[in-house]
Amino acid sequence: MAAAQIEGDQLHIVGAQELSPARRMAGRALLLLASLALLATLLVQILDKSGTVTLGIATWRPLLYAFLLWAIALCFAQALIRGEMGLRALFVLPAVLFTVAMVIFPMLFGLYVALTDWNLSAFAGRRFNGLDNFRQMIQDPFYWNALRNMVWYVLAVLAEYAIAFGLALLLNAQIRARKFFRVVFLMPLMLSPVAVSWMVGKSLMENRFGPLARLARELGWQSPAFFTDPLIARASIMVMDAWTFIPLMMVMLLAGLQALPKEVMEAAEVDGANGWQRFWKVVFPLMMPVSITAIVIRIIFKLKLADIIINVTAGGPGGATDSVTSFIFREYRDRSNVGYGTLLAMVYLVLIIVFVTGLLGLVNRRMRRVT
Amino acid sequence: MKTAALPLRTVAESRVATRGSWVTSKLLIYGALILWAFICLFPIYWTVSTSFKTAPNVMAGALLPWVDFAPDWRGWRSLGLSPDTIGETSTVREEFVKRFANSVVSSLSASFLAVWIGSLAAYGLSRFSYRFGPLRNKDIAFFFLSQLILPPVVLALPFLVLYKELALLDTSIGLILLYTLMVLPIVVWVMRDQFGAIPIELEEAALVDGLSVWGAFLRIVLPLALPGMVAAFILSLILCWNEYFFAALLTSTDAKTLPVMVASQTGSQGINWWSMAALSTAAIAPLVLVGIFLERYIIRGMTAGAVK
Repeated sequence: MAAAQIEGDQLHIVGAQELSPARRMAGRALLLLASLALLATLLVQILDKSGTVTLGIATWRPLLYAFLLWAIALCFAQALIRGEMGLRALFVLPAVLFTVAMVIFPMLFGLYVALTDWNLSAFAGRRFNGLDNFRQMIQDPFYWNALRNMVWYVLAVLAEYAIAFGLALLLNAQIRARKFFRVVFLMPLMLSPVAVSWMVGKSLMENRFGPLARLARELGWQSPAFFTDPLIARASIMVMDAWTFIPLMMVMLLAGLQALPKEVMEAAEVDGANGWQRFWKVVFPLMMPVSITAIVIRIIFKLKLADIIINVTAGGPGGATDSVTSFIFREYRDRSNVGYGTLLAMVYLVLIIVFVTGLLGLVNRRMRRVT
Repeated sequence: MKTAALPLRTVAESRVATRGSWVTSKLLIYGALILWAFICLFPIYWTVSTSFKTAPNVMAGALLPWVDFAPDWRGWRSLGLSPDTIGETSTVREEFVKRFANSVVSSLSASFLAVWIGSLAAYGLSRFSYRFGPLRNKDIAFFFLSQLILPPVVLALPFLVLYKELALLDTSIGLILLYTLMVLPIVVWVMRDQFGAIPIELEEAALVDGLSVWGAFLRIVLPLALPGMVAAFILSLILCWNEYFFAALLTSTDAKTLPVMVASQTGSQGINWWSMAALSTAAIAPLVLVGIFLERYIIRGMTAGAVK
């Protein structure tokens, strides 16, 4: 945890400050004391849990408090031991401690859980079973199906991008009431996916009375059903998700359009390029970096897609709309299969990391080629 | 200039032509704008209007109040929020108010906490060079931002078990901690951009004048970065208010938030359209207002870092 200072600060410090040995000693003592307290709490809790001593501590809460105290002591000790440098470390230390405590520890715990046979509704409790969950996963057609669906969902981002770009161009044109349209276009992003599930999925797309079903009947679809046919159901989910998230990309692309250098646009106009050529030869290439940022961020959000699916189709019909997250959600909710569900989630995380790293690598190369 | 580029036509001809195409392009632009505005607003309009409908209205596909159907308070009455029931005791309203309050507490506290520690971290990363073992600034920033790709499902089950052990299951504090973690990368992303735009000379001058690093941060930088912090706060607020996944798994009776309540109502069979519509309307209303009045900040937050 030593946050040492190295050369290259943006903000240079004026004059160094002498720290008295007593102050350093006090800092070290504080840190030592807090660490001992943390370890002691841990020890007592373990002993109590294993039944060696009976203090009747119901939960692991005391350990949480001990960790909080230790974190605060660590922050104070930084300032005491290392003076100015410690004060600087205090800027990032809270966030780092928080994230490490909230991510690293649960992840390690999750890794262990993933290797156990653990069903909350079963009487047997937790049992280590090595890679059995992994073997089960390989043979689980529903998980692979969910992963395949994710590919489709991610590909849908390209269509969303096209629409978002179109909307951004519209908003960037010479129009009246620009602010009104911007607020209106942003509105779907404000709505919670759960509310959208009802508003669009269960109400607008209701087969008998929903306005969309009525419209479909007017257009000649005899008995409209948005969530019965696998392909149509998946498309309906994509439409709902797109409706909510298009504004996110639109706003980014709009900002990119507004930041385009005016001179280049004027030069293109002077050279006699028509609107179509101006867009493909000038605007689109210049927008490449913004476009890629918007698409990558959108894909990251897309990979978490679950709320709408859970609430509208619950993965049906026959898993056609399942995303990985909604599938694991049901694995836990309906079957209480904690061990297996966690393994599936961990594998998904690995796949995401590989995918996003690959994507970023690809994108970086592409961006260099363009610029 | 345009005419010079079209040597084959006379000036008059091309002016007529451009005039005509100008009108068509305007028509197309406004047509597209109005079409998309309709697509954005119709589901909201439908939900709000349905909350004032009765069963026959819904089945008849009535759209316009006072023309197609007579507005009725039935949906709001079932929530205990209509004018005639607002004074009476209503268990549904109590339930709703409790969930609403839970949502407010969780999302406000989490956003506040995230903006607080996230801004500090972003400032530190934009001004000083750190070294945590082999990790440099770039790696620390990446560590924060990489949390963005962490899908909630990976943390959900371990947290379920851990919270059970820590007696944090079904508490607002548990949710607040998780929500903070969820929005922290976004806050760091937005604030790093904001602090980067503040000239360092300001702080250097403050340091020369005898302020400490923290003094310069609190008294010089913070006021300047406030609009950015508001943007990050509102962005966090939207994400936390709408969060469903963690809330559905980790809360049951006490700390249940509004989205979970809406979802549980949707699941039950034979739910009345009008009361569901009233519930949805009440659930989305706060953020619709935020969207209308604080749109500036939302856009500022979302475009941070995207355009550089």
